Amino acid sequence: MIHLTINGNPRQFDVERLTVGELVEKLGLTGKRLAIERNGEIVPRGNFAEAVLNSNDKLEIVGAVGGG
Amino acid sequence: MDTLNIAGKSYNSRLLVGTGKYKDFEQTKAAIDASGAEIVTVAIRRTNIGQNAGEPSLLDFLPPEEYTYLPNTAGCYSADDAVRTLRLARELLDGHKLVKLEVLGDPRTLYPNMLETLKAAETLVKDGFDVMVYCSDDPIIAKQLEELGCAAVMPLASLIGSGMGILNPWNLQIIIENAKIPVLVDAGVGTASDAAIAMELGCQGVLMNTAIAAAQDPILMAGAMKKAIEAGREAFLAGRMPRKLYSASPSSPTSGLIS
Repeated sequence: MIHLTINGNPRQFDVERLTVGELVEKLGLTGKRLAIERNGEIVPRGNFAEAVLNSNDKLEIVGAVGGG
Repeated sequence: MDTLNIAGKSYNSRLLVGTGKYKDFEQTKAAIDASGAEIVTVAIRRTNIGQNAGEPSLLDFLPPEEYTYLPNTAGCYSADDAVRTLRLARELLDGHKLVKLEVLGDPRTLYPNMLETLKAAETLVKDGFDVMVYCSDDPIIAKQLEELGCAAVMPLASLIGSGMGILNPWNLQIIIENAKIPVLVDAGVGTASDAAIAMELGCQGVLMNTAIAAAQDPILMAGAMKKAIEAGREAFLAGRMPRKLYSASPSSPTSGLIS
């Protein structure tokens, strides 16, 4: 079981191993324009497939919205 | 051609607009097109997880290929949060470097915290960003931001979203006179004449959101702002006549009057 905090909310995933790319897919965000920060560091989009998540990782997943 | 030049790129429009507070994305797009703006600000926020997966996003209506996005740090109260937000924005927008830095000091006034802003500006410039920075209308701070390597300084006309217009044109004038980088008014514009006054003072451009989005007819106001910016710029370039309190000078001939 992998425990993550995603955008401030706790989430559990019943898997042994999880990459950022697999997480994006599980969250239904495939193909969306987004950026991800893990424990304060950017995970470049090109590294999603290799970046393996650890339990207790804190993730921020963001997009662009209207603003001034 | 009289263009706005920021960080090595030229823009035909000197009006920069925000994309917040509109009724829907259709209205956002229509207002921005009516404004003629090429640079549009966007905010960076957490993606909704697990809800409304198929719902349209701002980017569907304003394709990043057609507009220059200016991601902002609205809502950040520390240098660290602002820097993190803009690094995320750069990743989100495929390495895009032009950003709007704002670090707020107080939720009631949204007045900028210039100590944190200076810290963030220094980090971002070193990190290769082209930083357009929202700031107080303090000439010394504006100069310090320029010396740090910011691409443009953007002093407030009055508080964000207040529509109070230009409260201290004299400070703006000092900032403009001293600056070697573009000075744009950001925040506080309420109506077209405010934008024209900013341009007549010699600002290189104006950034606004609420003045358009909160108008009764945002699309009509967007067009009015476009004209005001152009009129104000032309008046600045033309050079206004001097103000003369008493030496009245009639425009019609003083001779040849009937008697």
